[in-house]
Amino acid sequence: MTADISTTAALWWAVLASGLYHGINPGMGWPLAVSSALMERRQSSLFKALAALALGHLLAMAAILLPFSALLWLAEWQTALQTGAALLVIALGIYLLINRRHPRFLARVPPSRLALWSFLVAMAHGAGLMLVPIYLGICETADAGHTAAGSLMRGTLSTALLVALAHTAAMILSGGALALGTYHWLGLKFLQRTWFNLDILWALSLIFVGLLALLLTH
Amino acid sequence: MNLRPDPTFYPTPKMAMAAPAEKLAFTLMLSPDGSQPDGLAIVDVDPSSKTYSQIVHQVIMPNKGDEFHHFGWNACSSSLSPLAGHAFLERRYLIIPGIRSSRIYVIDVKEPLKAKIHKIIEPEEVFAKTGYSRPHTIHCGPEGIYVSTLGGGGKDGTDGPPGIFIMDCETFEILGRYEMDRGRQDKHYDFWWNLPRDYMVSSEWGLPPQFENGIVAEDLLSNKYGHSIHFWNLRQRKNVQTIDLGENHQMALEIRPAHDPAKDYGFCGVVVDTTNLQGSIFVWWQTDDGTFDAKKVITIDPRPEKAENLPPLLQGFEAVPPLVTDIDLSLDDRFLYVACWGLGEMHQYDVSDPFNPTLAGKVELGGIARGAKHPNGKDFVYGPQMVEISRDGKRVYWTNSLYSTWDDQFYPDDEGGQMVMANVGENGGLELDKDFFVEFPEGYRSHQIRLEGGDCSTDSFCYPSV
Repeated sequence: MTADISTTAALWWAVLASGLYHGINPGMGWPLAVSSALMERRQSSLFKALAALALGHLLAMAAILLPFSALLWLAEWQTALQTGAALLVIALGIYLLINRRHPRFLARVPPSRLALWSFLVAMAHGAGLMLVPIYLGICETADAGHTAAGSLMRGTLSTALLVALAHTAAMILSGGALALGTYHWLGLKFLQRTWFNLDILWALSLIFVGLLALLLTH
Repeated sequence: MNLRPDPTFYPTPKMAMAAPAEKLAFTLMLSPDGSQPDGLAIVDVDPSSKTYSQIVHQVIMPNKGDEFHHFGWNACSSSLSPLAGHAFLERRYLIIPGIRSSRIYVIDVKEPLKAKIHKIIEPEEVFAKTGYSRPHTIHCGPEGIYVSTLGGGGKDGTDGPPGIFIMDCETFEILGRYEMDRGRQDKHYDFWWNLPRDYMVSSEWGLPPQFENGIVAEDLLSNKYGHSIHFWNLRQRKNVQTIDLGENHQMALEIRPAHDPAKDYGFCGVVVDTTNLQGSIFVWWQTDDGTFDAKKVITIDPRPEKAENLPPLLQGFEAVPPLVTDIDLSLDDRFLYVACWGLGEMHQYDVSDPFNPTLAGKVELGGIARGAKHPNGKDFVYGPQMVEISRDGKRVYWTNSLYSTWDDQFYPDDEGGQMVMANVGENGGLELDKDFFVEFPEGYRSHQIRLEGGDCSTDSFCYPSV
C-alpha cells in the first residue's frame, strides 16, 4: 500500500467532516445549548453549555483513541489492528441498525451535568469508534519510513490527541453555529422542522467507515 | 419510529398554542356499579362538522369493574427534550388505567374513528412488578411513561405506601418502581414536573379504604386524608422536601406547574378546609437556594343551605362546601380554571401574578341543592368536575362525575354522564356554549377528557416561551 500526501490530507478532512457531522446532529447536544440560554435568558449560558458539551465529546474521543495509540506501539501488529478496528466499527454499526432503542441510562443524567452527558452520549453511539479507522490510517501514512520506537510512540500519541481535538473543534463549531443561529434568528421552529431521525444514517456511517478502512488496508 | 418528530410535539407552550384547533376529544366513560364494561368515547368537537357534539366512536373494554378515572398519552412534547433522544416517538396510544381493578389498557388512536385496544396489562402484572395498585395519573417523561398509583400492595392496598412506576414508552412493559428514597411520602395522587429544572411535585388524596367505598366522614373530620405535597429530585428519584399544607387542608389533589419551564412555580388545589369548609388553591415555588415554599392564594367560601335540601352527609353542616376537585392551567399560564363540584361552579382566575390571582370569569352549572340549568335548558347532573382546556386557551371542556361512590354520597338523587364546553373571552370571562352538550349512553358517567394532539394537562415542555 502506498502512502502519500493526498491520502493524509483526505484522512484529515475526514476527521473534520466527521466532526461537522457529529456537531449538526441534535442528538449530540446543540439543542441543550439553546435551551440553557433560553432558560437563563443570557447568551453566555449558550457558550458555557457548548464548552461543557465540547469537553465531554473530547474526552470521549480521547478515551477511545488513546488505547489504540498505545496498541500501535506494537508496530508489527499494525495490519491486524487496522483490520480488527474496522471490523469492530462495522459490528457496532450493525448492532445499532438492529437494536434501535436508546440507552435508558442516559435519561438518568441530570441536565446540570452536560459534560458527563456529552461524554456518555458520544460513547453510547460509538462516536469515538467512528474515528478509529481514520486515525489508524493517518498513523500508517505518517509511518512511511521506519522510525525509532520512541519517536513512534510520541508520534501516535500526539496524533491521537490532535485527531480528537480537530474533530471536537469541528463538532463544536458546527453545533455551536446551529445553536447560535437557532437562538438568535431561526427560533425553535427550526429545531422542530429539521430534527431528522439519523439513527439509520449513523449506523450506516459506522459500517461505511469500517468497510472503507478494510478496503484501504488490504 | 418516525423520521421526523411527531407534528403534535412542540418545543414551547407558545408554539403549542398556535397549533390548529382540536377536532376530536377522548372522554372516559365509566359504569358506576360495574354492570357494564367501561369505555373510551371519541367526541366530535369540530363546530363545522355535522356530528358536532356527538360521540362518533366508542371503544368498549372486554372487562367489567375497571372504573376509569384519569389517563394520558404514550408520548408528548417532552419527547423534544434535548437530553432524551426520543424525539421520534408517535403520539398514538392512550394509556388508560382502571383505578378499581388496577388493569391498564393501551388504546391505539392513530385512526381515532377506528380506535382499538393495542395491549392489556393485567392487574397481577402491576402488583408483581411494582408492589403498587390502583394506577392513576399518566405523564410521559425522561425515562418513559410515569404512572402514579393510589394504593400499595395487599387486598385493600394498604400493604406499603403507594407510589409511581415507570413503563417503557414503546413496548409498554412495566419497568418497575420509580422511587429510590420516598422520604415522608405515604399517600399519593397526582404528580407533575419541570423537566429542565429536574424536579417533580406530587400530592396526596387518601388510601384506598378512605375512598373506594365512599368518603369516610370520620377520617375527614379527624384530618386523616392527605394534606402534604412532596418535592422530588426527578432524575435522582429522591424526595428532597415535603411541605405540610396544614392538616385542616384535606385532600391536596391536582398539581399544575407553570407550562413555561422558565417559570418556577405551580399550583395545587385543596378539596376542603375542615375548619370552615372552604376550598383553596396553593401556589408553590422554588426559592433562590433551591428549596421550595407554598402559600394559600385563593379561598372559595361554602354556601349556607337548609339541612333539608342537603344530602345526609352534609346536613349537619347546613352548608354546601365548594369541593375544589380539579384545576387546570391554560398554556400561557394566564388562566387557572377551578372546578367547584359541590357549589356547581367553574371559576376562571387570572393568575398572571400567581401570588395575587383575581376572579376573571365564572359559570354556574348543576350543584348541590342548586341544580343550575345549562343555557340549552337541560339539567346538568352533579357539578363541573374534570376540566380540560384547548391548546389555544379559547375553549374549556368539562365533565360531571367525581368518583362513583362519592357521586352517590354528594348527589344521591342524580345519575348520568355529561360533557359541556365554555368559550373564553379575549380578556377572560367564561360563557357556556349552548350548542355543545354531550350526554353519555345510559348507565355511564364521564370523567377525564383528552384532546386530540395534546391539551393543557398532558404535555411537558422543555423550552421556554420567548
